Order: sequence, then C-alpha cells, then structure tokens
Amino acid sequence: MERNVVMIALFTALIAALGLLPKLTLASGIPITAQSMGFMLAGAILGAKRGALAALLFVVLVAAGLPLLAGGRGGLGVFASPWAGFYYGFPLAAFVTGLVMERWKGGNVGLIAGIAAVIGGIGALYLVAVPYYIIAKPAGLGESLLVVMAPFMPGDLIKAVITGLITGALYKARPSSILSRAGVAA
Amino acid sequence: MISLTSPVRTRAHEWPAKLKLAALALVTMGLYLIPELWQLGLVTLFVIGLYALPGRVFFMGGMRRLAILWPFVAVLAIWHIATATYLDGVTFLLRLICAFGLANLVTMTTALTEMIEVIRWLATPLRRFGLNTRALELAIALVIRILPSLIENGRRLVDAWRVRSHRRPGWRIVLPFTLNALDDADHLAEALRARGGLLESKES
Repeated sequence: MERNVVMIALFTALIAALGLLPKLTLASGIPITAQSMGFMLAGAILGAKRGALAALLFVVLVAAGLPLLAGGRGGLGVFASPWAGFYYGFPLAAFVTGLVMERWKGGNVGLIAGIAAVIGGIGALYLVAVPYYIIAKPAGLGESLLVVMAPFMPGDLIKAVITGLITGALYKARPSSILSRAGVAA
Repeated sequence: MISLTSPVRTRAHEWPAKLKLAALALVTMGLYLIPELWQLGLVTLFVIGLYALPGRVFFMGGMRRLAILWPFVAVLAIWHIATATYLDGVTFLLRLICAFGLANLVTMTTALTEMIEVIRWLATPLRRFGLNTRALELAIALVIRILPSLIENGRRLVDAWRVRSHRRPGWRIVLPFTLNALDDADHLAEALRARGGLLESKES
C-alpha cells in the first residue's frame, strides 16, 4: 500500500520533472518536450492501474493550479483549449501502455515497452485527443488530424523508442522496479 | 513550491472556490451559445477588463499567462487563412481567449490549498467504491515534497554529465535519473511503513 502510493506520487513528480528537460526542436520547427514520455514511462514501469493513477494525479494537480506542465504552465486555463483532449487522454495512455506490458508476458522487455508506448502513449492518446478537438472546436477530421496529430507524431515516436530503451535498461538494472512485470521478474 | 495563484489580493480571492468553479463551468458552456460575433467581441473585452480591475501588476501577470495561447492561435490562424474560413476562425479564437481567460482568472484568484480542498470534497463519494482518500491526500503532499528534490537530483546529473562531455545531456540522463528516484521511493515507502503507514488510519 505505502509503496504503491509512493510510486504513484513519484511518477507524478517524474512526469513534472521531465517537463523541465531542455526542449528538442524537430526539423519541422515544433519543439517537443520529454513530458509526454513520462506518461508512457509511468504505464510501462508501474503497470496499468498505478500508471493511470499517477497520470490522473498529475492532471488533477495541474487543474488545481500547480505549474507542472512543460514551460511552467498549469491552472484551469489549459483545459479550456481544444487541445485539452491530451490532458484527458494522458491517464488512458498510461493505462493502455501498462495493460500491454502486463498482458504481453515473455520476450524482450524493452521492445515490448516500446510497442506498448506506441499503442498506449500514441494510439490511445490520440483516440481521445482527436475526437475531443473535433467536438470542442468544433472541426472536421482533416483539420483535427493536421492540427492535433501531425505536429506531435514524430516526437511521440521518438519518445516511444526512448521509453522502450529506458524500460529495458531499468529491467536489467532493477528487475523488481518494473512493477508491470511483477511476478515475471527474477 | 510556487503555485499559479496571484500574489495580488483581489476581492475574488475571498469567494468560495466551489462557487467560482461552478460559475466557470456555466459561463464556459454559455460561450458556445453566443450567436453574434460582435457580442463575442464584447465578452472578450469584458474578460480583458476583468484582468485590468485589480491593477497593473495583476493585469501584466495575467497577460503573461495568456501569452501561452499564442502558438495555438498561430496554428489556428494559419489553418483558417489557408481554408478561407475567416469568420469561423475569428469566432473560435475569441471564444478560446474568453474560455482560457476566465479559467485562468479562477486559478489566479484561488489558493492551492482551497483547490485541494475541493478535490478532497469531490473525491469523498469515491470512498464508497474503496478509494482511500487519505492515500490521495498523502500522494498530493508527496508530489509537492518529492518534486524539488527530483529537480535537484536532475541538476546534479546534468552537471556531472557536463563535466565529462562537451555534448548536451540528452535523454540518456533519464535512466540514472529514474534509477535514483526509484531507490529514493523505496526508502520513502519503508519510512512511511515504519511510521505506521496508511493502513491503520484508513477511513471507512
């Protein structure tokens, strides 16, 4: 119980801290931050339920007025934009990433984590973010894909790969720390 | 930890957080019901006027917050110019500025402790479904406590990297950073358990 609460709080803080890493600017000129990788990592490492709770706690604290988003943003205002679907989607992204990790037993942990991050951190996330934009703006599907998905997709793919690399390396260093693999770990 | 509440005291600081949040939800929905562009324009001016009421410091602080909207405004402007849907574009941008501006006003005039109190209140019915609200409160306190030390650890790792390499520390820093954090979390969980933990104080 205590360990679960601490791990959830830790990953909430970790997601916030990743937002402080220096931005990487893609060739397209769009800056990407490491923050959304935090949600992938939370799911891949903590598993579905704890990962989702860490992501949910992060979103709740941002809404409460803590400047935890990359660039020191936060507060209720960010939920007013049609891009807010991302914030609602983050807990689901972590959940699905964790679920894939938990279900897909055996095989290379790093590789599975990378694939889980693609399915959860990209697939599930945009499954919330794109329809949210369509309804909140309101807009057509074409505009939504171009404005919501296209700018962030290259960065998200890079983050999924890094999530795989980090989870794989963590599994080697501390097998017991990959809670999504508890019971499988030696 | 710095929160986004404005240090400039306004009358709205005194109003109950629940009331402000309920009003915000209603008004934001109401923004979609305004039919005419000129009416929406008036509402936008009114919202900006609200920022100006408490004085210059508050106004400038608020406008700095609103500035984070510019990248979004730019993307949308390009889209609506490219598709020649100018009226839709302007309507949407004004609505976005109003909704964001009002929500941000609530954040700027409500203390973090009050917001957390609202979260606790909202979570209370979930106790019936087995949610331990004490665990939630502890988790919130832990995040606020852990974050500065995480940032400090991260800074040390970046420094250590810079001493050894002329290249910028990239994502590689995340692995030792996470390892450190996981070890600290284990110690913290043990310490909590040693002090009675959460089980005994679990509320029914």
